Amino acid sequence: MSELRPPTRLKSIALRKAKSAAFTGLLWLTGAIAMVPLVLIIGYVLIKGTPVMSGAFFTQTAPPPGMPGGGMAQAFMGTGLIVGIGTAFSVPLGVLTAIYLSEYGRGRLATVVRFVAEILLSTPSIVAGAFIWAVVVTTMHSFSAIAGSIALTVLMWPIITRATEETLRLVPNDLREAALALGVPRWKMVLRIVIPTAGSGILTAVMLAVARGFGETAPILLTSLGNDFINTNPLQPTDAVPLRIYTYAQSAFTQWQSLAWGGAVSLLAAVLVLSIGARILSDRQQRRLG
Amino acid sequence: MSDGLDIVGLSAWYGTDRVLADVQMEIRPGQVTAIIGPSGCGKSTLLRCLNRMHEELPNARATGSVMFGDWDLYAPDSDPTDVRLHIGMVFQRPNPFPTMTVFENVVAGLKLRGHYDRVNLKERAEQAMRQAGVWDELKDRLNKPGGRLSGGQQQRLCIARALAVEPQVLLMDEPASALDPISTQLVEDTIVQLKNEVTIVIVTHNMQQAARISDRTAFMLRESAERPAALIEIDDTRQMFTKPIDKRTEAYITGRFG
Amino acid sequence: MSEAPQLPRTEHDAETPVRRRLRIGDSILSGTTVLISVGLVALLAGLLWVLEQGAAPALMKYGLNFFTSRQWDPVNDRFGALPYIYGTVVTSTLAILFALPISVGLALLLNEVRSKWLRNPLTVLVDLLAAIPSVVYGLWGLFVLAPFLNKYLAPALAATLGRLPVLSALFVPTPAVGNMLNAGIILAIMIIPIITAVTREVIATVPHDLREAAMALGATRYEAIRMAVLPHARSGIVGATMLGLGRALGETIAVSMLIGNGLGISASLLAPGYTIPAIIANEFREATSTGMQHSALLALALVLVAIALFLAAASRLLVRRSERTGS
Repeated sequence: MSELRPPTRLKSIALRKAKSAAFTGLLWLTGAIAMVPLVLIIGYVLIKGTPVMSGAFFTQTAPPPGMPGGGMAQAFMGTGLIVGIGTAFSVPLGVLTAIYLSEYGRGRLATVVRFVAEILLSTPSIVAGAFIWAVVVTTMHSFSAIAGSIALTVLMWPIITRATEETLRLVPNDLREAALALGVPRWKMVLRIVIPTAGSGILTAVMLAVARGFGETAPILLTSLGNDFINTNPLQPTDAVPLRIYTYAQSAFTQWQSLAWGGAVSLLAAVLVLSIGARILSDRQQRRLG
Repeated sequence: MSDGLDIVGLSAWYGTDRVLADVQMEIRPGQVTAIIGPSGCGKSTLLRCLNRMHEELPNARATGSVMFGDWDLYAPDSDPTDVRLHIGMVFQRPNPFPTMTVFENVVAGLKLRGHYDRVNLKERAEQAMRQAGVWDELKDRLNKPGGRLSGGQQQRLCIARALAVEPQVLLMDEPASALDPISTQLVEDTIVQLKNEVTIVIVTHNMQQAARISDRTAFMLRESAERPAALIEIDDTRQMFTKPIDKRTEAYITGRFG
Repeated sequence: MSEAPQLPRTEHDAETPVRRRLRIGDSILSGTTVLISVGLVALLAGLLWVLEQGAAPALMKYGLNFFTSRQWDPVNDRFGALPYIYGTVVTSTLAILFALPISVGLALLLNEVRSKWLRNPLTVLVDLLAAIPSVVYGLWGLFVLAPFLNKYLAPALAATLGRLPVLSALFVPTPAVGNMLNAGIILAIMIIPIITAVTREVIATVPHDLREAAMALGATRYEAIRMAVLPHARSGIVGATMLGLGRALGETIAVSMLIGNGLGISASLLAPGYTIPAIIANEFREATSTGMQHSALLALALVLVAIALFLAAASRLLVRRSERTGS
C-alpha cells in the first residue's frame, strides 16, 4: 500500500502493554499507600483510647498533673457549649446565605458572595482565631466560650452555605415553577416547598459543619483559652476536647497522655459518625432527587 | 490488500439488557459496507463491537465472534488494544486532541507505535492528509492547535489521523452527520477513493449517502424495546435499494418510517 | 345590597390586605438573605481590616526586616520572622512533594476503576482521611509516626542520602524528637484528600471522546491517559496543588506537635523547626499586652491569610481554565 520507508524503530506492542500494566499497578499502589495511614490512625486511636473509656472519664474533671484518675468532663461540656452556640449562630446565617445564592442571587453580588465563601473556606483556622481574639477577646478583656463560638462560626458559616446551596440547586426547577404557577408567593415557595424538599440535604450540611466544629483546636486556643473545671457561663474561659487533647498529648504525664487518647477516641467517633452519616444521607438525597 | 471481517453470532449487552442479537454479517474486503436503519437500531453499537470499543462503556459487553482473517477478535486471549492496531475508527463528532498541533494529531497513532523518524513522520502525515483531502488546506497550518479548525476540517483531520497508521479496516460512525454539505462531499470523496486500500464500514442515517458511496448495504432494526436489535437484510447496494427482499427494509427505504 | 365580593378590577385598585402581606413576605425574605450575604462579605473584609490594623504597628516598625531577620525576641521587642517562614516553606514543600504523586495517582485510580462497588468505598475512605481532626493526626503522629520515623527512617536517610555530596546537609541527624521531615510527612497525609478531590473533579471533566479517540488509535490505557487525559487536566492539577499548598501553609496543630518547635534555621530536615501558625498558636495567649508581640503575631497571621487568599483565587482560576480547555 505505501511506498514509504519502513519505520526506523517500532516499539513492540508487548513493551507498551507492559508499561501500561506497570502504570496500573502503580495506581493501585498509591491507593494502598493512602489507605495505610487511615487504617493505622483509626486502629491506634481505638487501641489506645478505648481502655480509657469509663464512666469516670466522662464524669470527672481534669486530674492534677501526675495524679491518677480524673476525666475530661469539663472538656466535653465545654465542646458542647462552644459548638452548640456556634451551630446556633452559623445555621441560620449559613442557610439564609445559601437561600440568597440559590433563589435570589443574580449578577455581581452573588458572584462576590460565592467567591468570599470559597475564600473563607480556605482561610487557615488559626487566622479566624486571631481575628476573633482581636475583636472579641480584647473587647471583653477575657477569653470566653462565646468568643470560641464566634470563631467557629467564621469557619462553619461558609461550610453550611456551600453545602446547602448545592443541595438547594438539586431541587428541580419544575417544583418551583409549579408552585409559582399556583399563585404561591416566592417567599412561601422557598420556605414551604424548596427547603422541605431539600430537607435532609440541609441536615447533611449542618452535620459536616458540626464535625468540623468538633475537631477545631487552633481557633479555640486563641479565644476560649481552656479551663480545668466545668464552666457553663459562656462569658468565661471554657475547655474543649481537642484543646485538652492538644495540651495533654504534649505533656510529660502518662495519665494525661492516656486521657488524651481517650479524648481522641471520643472525638474521632463523633466526627466519623457525622461524616459517614452525612455521606449516607446525601447519597440517599441524590437518589431521591436525581 | 486489506482483509474483511466475518461477524458470527455477535450479541451485545448493557448489563442484562441484550441490545443486539446474533448478528451474522460478512464485511467484504476492499469494499464499502454501509449500515443503515432508524435511530436506536443498534448500528452504532454493532460498529463499536468491531473494534471492541463497545465494552469500554460501563457494564457493556459483547459475545460471539468476529473473524479477521483467521483471527477471532473476541477470542479469550485477544487483546482489544491489538484489535485497534488493525481496525481504526472515525467518530461522529470530530475529536482532535486540543492540546496537540495539527501535525501532532495526525501522527499521534504513529508515535504511539514507535515511529520517531521526523522525515518518515512528515511523509506519512502528508500521505494521510492527502488521502483525507485535507492536505492543501492545512499544510501551512501544521503547527497550529488541532482544536481551532472548522468542523469539517477537524473531522477530516481525524480521518487523516486514523489513516496515518494504515489500518486494514476503517470504521466510520456517521462521520459526516455533524458537517456542512461541502465537507460532507469531501468526506464521501475520500471514502470512495480509499476503498481499494482500506475496507470501510460506515454507519449512516442518510440513505442517499449509503446509495452513493457503498458497495453493500446492511439494514438493521430494533422492532420493540423488549426485543434486541437484529440485522434484517444485507445485500448489494443497488439490489437493496431497487429490489429489497424483506418487507421491513422496503418500508424503511421508501420512507414509511424512521 | 349586593353580596358579591369586591374584586379589584385593575392593577391600580387599592391592594387587598392579603396581597400586601404577600409582598411584604417577599421583601422580608429577600431583604434578609441579601443582608446576611452582604454580612458574609463584610466578615471577610472585617477580618482583613482587623488583622491589618493589628499588624500595622509591627510592620511599620520593623519593615522588611520583619521578614529577613532571624531574631525573635519578645523580651527586647525584636521580631524577625525568618525562622518561621523558613519552617513553613520547608514543611509545605515536603508535604506537596509527597502528597502530589499519591493524590494524582489516587484520582486517576478512582477514575479508572469501573465497578461502583470498589469505587464508592474508596471514595468514602478518602473522605474519612479528610474528616480526621488535626489534633488526632498530631496525637498519632507524636506517639506513633514520629518514633517510628526517628527510629527507622532518619538513620536510614542519614546513612544513604546523607553520604552523598550535596544532599548530606539535608540529612544531618539530631537528637531532637520533633523535626521538619516528620512534620512534612504528617502534613502530606493531611493534604492528600483535598488534592485528590479537586484533581478528580478536573479529570472527570475531560471529554470522554478524547479518550475514545486515543483508544481507537490502539493506545494502551497508560498511553490514553498520557495523551488525552493528563494534558487536558494539567492546569487543573496545578490548581489542586495550590489548594493543597494553602491548606498545608495554614495547618497549625499537627505540625506544631511534630516539628519540635525549635528556634533557628537548620539545613537539615532532621532538625527541629518552627512554622508561622505554630508560633502564633504557641505565643498568642502568653503574649504581653505591652510591646510589639501581639502586633508581630498578627502580622504573621496577615501574611498567612494573604498567601492563602492568593492561592485560593489562583487555584480557582486554574481549575476553571482546565475545565474549559478544548470544549
